[in-house]
Amino acid sequence: MNTIASLKIGQKGIISEESLDIIPLKLLEMGCLPGAEISLIQIAPLEDPLYICVNGSHLAIRKEIASKIKITNDNCINE
Amino acid sequence: MNKKSIQVSLIGNPNTGKTSLFNQLTGLNQKVGNYPGITVDKKQGICKLSSETEAIITDLPGTYSINPTSVDESIVLKAIQNKTDENYPDVILVVTDVENLKRNLLLFTQVQDLGIPTILAINMADQMKKKGISINLPKLEEELQTKIVLISAKKNEGINELKETINNYNSLSSVTNFTTIAKKIDAAYFDDLQKVAHEKPLYNLWLQLTQQHFFENKNINLDSFSHDVSKLKKYQHKETIYRYQRINKILEKTYTVDSNKATDLRSKLDKIFTHKIFGYLIFFGILLLIFQSIFDWATVPMDFIDALFGDLSELAKQKLPEGMLTNLLTDGIIPGIGGVVIFIPQIAILFFLIALLEETGYMSRVVFLMDKIMRRFGMSGKSVIPLISGTACAIPAVMATRTISNWKERLITILVTPFTTCAARLPVYAILIAIIIPSKTIFGFLKIQGLALLSLYILGFAAAIISGYILNKTLNVKSKSFFVIEMPNYQIPSFKNVFLSVLEKTKSFVFDAGKIILAISIVLWFLATNGPSSYANIEKEVTENAANKSLSEQELQQKIAATKLEKSFIGIAGKTIEPAVKPLGYDWKIGIGLITSFAAREVFVGTLATIYSIQEVESDAANFIPFKNVKAFFNESEPEDNNTIKKRMQAEINPVTGKKRFNFATGMSLLVFYAFAMQCMATLAIVKRETQSWKWPIIQLVGMSVLAYLSALIVYQFLK
Repeated sequence: MNTIASLKIGQKGIISEESLDIIPLKLLEMGCLPGAEISLIQIAPLEDPLYICVNGSHLAIRKEIASKIKITNDNCINE
Repeated sequence: MNKKSIQVSLIGNPNTGKTSLFNQLTGLNQKVGNYPGITVDKKQGICKLSSETEAIITDLPGTYSINPTSVDESIVLKAIQNKTDENYPDVILVVTDVENLKRNLLLFTQVQDLGIPTILAINMADQMKKKGISINLPKLEEELQTKIVLISAKKNEGINELKETINNYNSLSSVTNFTTIAKKIDAAYFDDLQKVAHEKPLYNLWLQLTQQHFFENKNINLDSFSHDVSKLKKYQHKETIYRYQRINKILEKTYTVDSNKATDLRSKLDKIFTHKIFGYLIFFGILLLIFQSIFDWATVPMDFIDALFGDLSELAKQKLPEGMLTNLLTDGIIPGIGGVVIFIPQIAILFFLIALLEETGYMSRVVFLMDKIMRRFGMSGKSVIPLISGTACAIPAVMATRTISNWKERLITILVTPFTTCAARLPVYAILIAIIIPSKTIFGFLKIQGLALLSLYILGFAAAIISGYILNKTLNVKSKSFFVIEMPNYQIPSFKNVFLSVLEKTKSFVFDAGKIILAISIVLWFLATNGPSSYANIEKEVTENAANKSLSEQELQQKIAATKLEKSFIGIAGKTIEPAVKPLGYDWKIGIGLITSFAAREVFVGTLATIYSIQEVESDAANFIPFKNVKAFFNESEPEDNNTIKKRMQAEINPVTGKKRFNFATGMSLLVFYAFAMQCMATLAIVKRETQSWKWPIIQLVGMSVLAYLSALIVYQFLK
């Protein structure tokens, strides 16, 4: 299954419902909710952290947590 | 008749312009205090609402939620839990940003559920048209059951309406929607919770249950209640989801964005500022600009302050009757205050630049760029700001670490920051380099003295980074918080905000650090001008000594001053530590310099000036800073003012070897010692305050001193 960390720059995905317990409360409160569309805007030069946009919030998070949050990839929804 | 005053708490997400609004409402009518027991500044101001009423506004730290994750954020929770506190709010003003309304409303719904009258201010309303945003205000007010005011804090729009609304806060009803959410999460569970205390709003009980750690006066005993952590966590997650569901529903009916109108200035700028190559180049350029400002621009006011306090001492000496008190004033207090004031230009300029970078939103991009690199050394991208600040002074730098929510990363940043070359090291470096490094130019334009100074800067940064790496491997500190930072929109900085921020931070440096530096200066002055019983007779003895008969009046006075210092408590201390510093290539005179450096490093230069009796007869034991000399390294002129000190130090002979005392080996050894040693009591005091324990400042002091000693030892033994 894909995670936020497996997105490429410019790609979008939907945060999966099963990630609810993994997402830290603070990240939830900042708008990173299951069912929300998330897009990867930029990756820092050393591949980490990731610059994302979710629910209108522009955030930078580390790969460590991004690789735990599962998503369904918008671009391959038909698979 | 006393005016009627209303207590208002300002709450909002970071980057919503909350500070702008606070500045707009209160102007210069604000003061910074402290919350008891913690170090976060409490910003308050007064705003006149009408001829009879005024509002006392407390600006609470920016937060995304009422559930805190850092020291700063816990203030918000503390502010609203104690009804007997003098600043318990009559009304809460939640500030939001029109573009991020959805996320901002989460905090609003939490605050509203507390049962305190709440006003919603939507800021940056002037940009709605440009961003294609439209809001159905009456509908939104109805759905959220609150009074909403559209404002633009920067343009001073809607502020009067907001003041009026605050003035009429009595007409606001307090609403809480938490019971609806609680029913959805687990009706039976929350019923039981309510039964513990019927009279209390359910949300307050829930907060007390989930945030036990932050509740000080637990007036309701919840110990008997279920404390299953994973259950609480799960319910908190659900609570957040339900809150967002409600907000989404409300905004669907009231808030629309025409995405065609949205400009992509942000993404264009981001492409440049976070670019693999240009991003770093721009950051590097900004760093150079910062150093340039500290080195060059700040020297003008610093020279002025230096001269001013010198004159002031001189004037006091002439006008006041001779005696102990006058000496205390002219050699202790005035130079002591001068030693603090002289750093103001550098600190103010540095904070000005940092405030600018933060206001524009650029600083978040630096954090993003640097995070991975800094993490290898046990720190976070957010550590970059403290490390830059450290080049002026470690004290504000240590305070700037508060934004780092991960405790281990914050602690390491605090511990290594004093390695960066602060302003107080410069005068010491300047005089030593002038003595041991020839004033030559290589490749036609590079002055090797300047190069030596640059190497010392790099040495300081390297020491900070490497010790960060070692601490990261060795420190066993648990911290479960994780890294997240908002990347705010780029903005044109508000001059008012920048100005007030510089003013506030400079003030806190002068008063927090100033009183410590001043106190130590006075103690050192006492120790340098007093000694055991025989001390009183020195003047007579020196005068009557046959060997001194041939000296001129001035030379004799110099000899007396030097002998006095030698026999004073500090002189005795210098002699006591001589065996310990001898392997480093120092004698007891330099030993005295090392001891007096504990007030502030730059005192070293003044102390040596006295002990080598090169200054005027009335030379101050705590004379300070020939800052001009630093600049001279990069220009053609020879640092003139130092010539006398320099010549005298160069002429000093080591009686054992018969060679020069300040030879290359001793000079290098001293340079390395000053680069690494923790010779700043004021910083230690701030570290103690920020870490809430003596453990860390002691570790820092011991660690840095041992490193300084060993490095200086190796350098001297290797070079001698």
